[in-house]
Amino acid sequence: MSKITYREAVRAGLRDALQSDPRVFLMGEDVGRYGGSYACSKGFLDEFGPERIRDTPLSEGTFVGAGIGAALGGMRPIVEIMTVNFSLLALDQIVNNAATLRHMTGGQVSVPLVVRMATGGGRQLAAQHSHSLEVWYAHIPGIKVVAPATVTDARYMLQLALREPDPVFIFEHAMLYPMEGELEENRSAITLDRAVVRRPGRDVTLVTYGGSLGKCLNAAETLAGNGIDCEVIDLRSLRPLDMETVLQSVAKTHRAVIVDEGWRTCSLAAEISAQIMERGFYDLDAPVARVCSAEVPMPYAKHLEDAALPQPERIITTVQELLARHD
Amino acid sequence: MNTLTSIGRIDPENAMSMLYEMTRIRRFEEKSAELYGLGKIRGFLHLYIGEEAVAVGALQCLTPDDAIVATYREHGHALVRGIPAGAIMAEMYGKANGCSRGRGGSMHLFDAGRRFYGGNAIVGGGLPLAVGLALADKMQNRKRVTVCLFGDGAVAEGAFHESLNMAALWKLPVLFLCENNRYAMGTAIERHQSCPDIHRKADAYGIPAEVVDGMDVLAVAQATSLAVDTVRSGAGPHLLEARTYRFRAHSMYDAELYRNKDEVEQWKKRDPINLYVARLREAAVLTDGDLSAVEAKIAAEIDEAVAFAESGEWEPLQDLTKDVYTPQGVGCERGAL
Repeated sequence: MSKITYREAVRAGLRDALQSDPRVFLMGEDVGRYGGSYACSKGFLDEFGPERIRDTPLSEGTFVGAGIGAALGGMRPIVEIMTVNFSLLALDQIVNNAATLRHMTGGQVSVPLVVRMATGGGRQLAAQHSHSLEVWYAHIPGIKVVAPATVTDARYMLQLALREPDPVFIFEHAMLYPMEGELEENRSAITLDRAVVRRPGRDVTLVTYGGSLGKCLNAAETLAGNGIDCEVIDLRSLRPLDMETVLQSVAKTHRAVIVDEGWRTCSLAAEISAQIMERGFYDLDAPVARVCSAEVPMPYAKHLEDAALPQPERIITTVQELLARHD
Repeated sequence: MNTLTSIGRIDPENAMSMLYEMTRIRRFEEKSAELYGLGKIRGFLHLYIGEEAVAVGALQCLTPDDAIVATYREHGHALVRGIPAGAIMAEMYGKANGCSRGRGGSMHLFDAGRRFYGGNAIVGGGLPLAVGLALADKMQNRKRVTVCLFGDGAVAEGAFHESLNMAALWKLPVLFLCENNRYAMGTAIERHQSCPDIHRKADAYGIPAEVVDGMDVLAVAQATSLAVDTVRSGAGPHLLEARTYRFRAHSMYDAELYRNKDEVEQWKKRDPINLYVARLREAAVLTDGDLSAVEAKIAAEIDEAVAFAESGEWEPLQDLTKDVYTPQGVGCERGAL
């Protein structure tokens, strides 16, 4: 096993994709000369040339739309959007074209488009660069949404996304880029649509994804010291949701806490909670609990931002309260 | 503006085919309006009547490999492109034998095999798609042209400006063809454009552009033919503004409070079909007998189209969610690592 940062993993995945398929190209703001706003494509312009590493104007709607058109035309575009808040400028193309074209044309076309973007808070970038809007995308039939939380997933999920005939949206939590991790040799567990148990446990299930996985694992370590054994599930795929894995775990632990950096109202946590209620109600010993972001535009000041985001302490308290209900 | 461009070197056969196509669109849409009244066609139905010279003049300049991205007022373009009238009619009926299996309706006619990419009902939404299709052609060294149709209303959208900019920056083979019918739904061009000369906007992006009389099928054909040649040669995008007029309501229900009848009547004097018929008679290319033969052939085709739609099946309910995603094993390499 070797240590690698999440950034290096994303970069290695991109490089693989560009080397192995001439139809693949990378397009987005500052992906070329600048090297990518998170340095994921540094040096690529020299290595692959300006035809395949395309710096775009600041026109999110049009370069995402052009990605859809290029996919229809036989290419395999990877479109990078600097940050999730900017992706809102492209929502028309995503909802009205990328997600819609196959069904609306009676199955005449597929749109093999991959869109990557940074998401999430924690860097004091305030209310126009810090939100976790993945759930908005997970709401849309016709696209797939994934959130690699480990270096191994960051390294290999892109490869699977490029094999999909339909649009795949990859959300990379911006706090993860400098994170170091072990690159696992065994790749058989990497899929695009299955959740994975990152830590087995028997007392309570923590369901999470992306940037909150590390917080959940930290909380689980602390709780283990207090005799509470948490099972931690990394969803990986936000659409489709692998509820089988979640429900199996809940059937074992009888308690669930969902940790989701999105706003609580109409969140992924809300959807998962509803599905546990619909399909696993009689397995529950306590109501499902949620740890989400405070319902405010993300503030700049550090103490306020910290308070707005899910933190290990809040996860710990929530788990303890949940267990206290029936002890 | 009351005479047409000279027929010039267009041979009599092609001259007749343009008349045939324009008349075919007109009669097809008149029938569609009638069927709408009978409740056979529902949803929105945007008629192209009055604007036929643009689709017919322009699209005949393309090869079957070229791509077309059209708007929601696209029955004419679909017909000219060769999508069978029956498949279009069946689509408007919502039947499974429609060109989009009845999932799109009038606004979303689609035929990937004929490189007809909609039927786009978000104003301005088709322009980025055209840029991408052209980018794919350029990256794969194919000498194809993508024609992107849009109305004057789309010019107010950011997507118009972004798309022109990107296509020019990357020298992409796109012909931007604006069908300027003077109204963004009910808002007159003087009320939605600070500078109503749409072709002049292309200059800001370094894109060559011309304005053409959109009621004159020969002028449209001539201008498009030249423009397509330059685009195909690799010179980058081109823009044509065809000035035309819609004779009917924006959609089927429209009290037309935003324009007066005199204006409509003035434009009807320049009906593209009548103007062209007069020109053909003048050039002695057309006789009364030819005209009735054209009408008879079209009437038979439309009867067949309606029969095809009537006899079509409804898509079974169990297929409701089919093709939200591509099924396993269809045109993909999906799988594990």
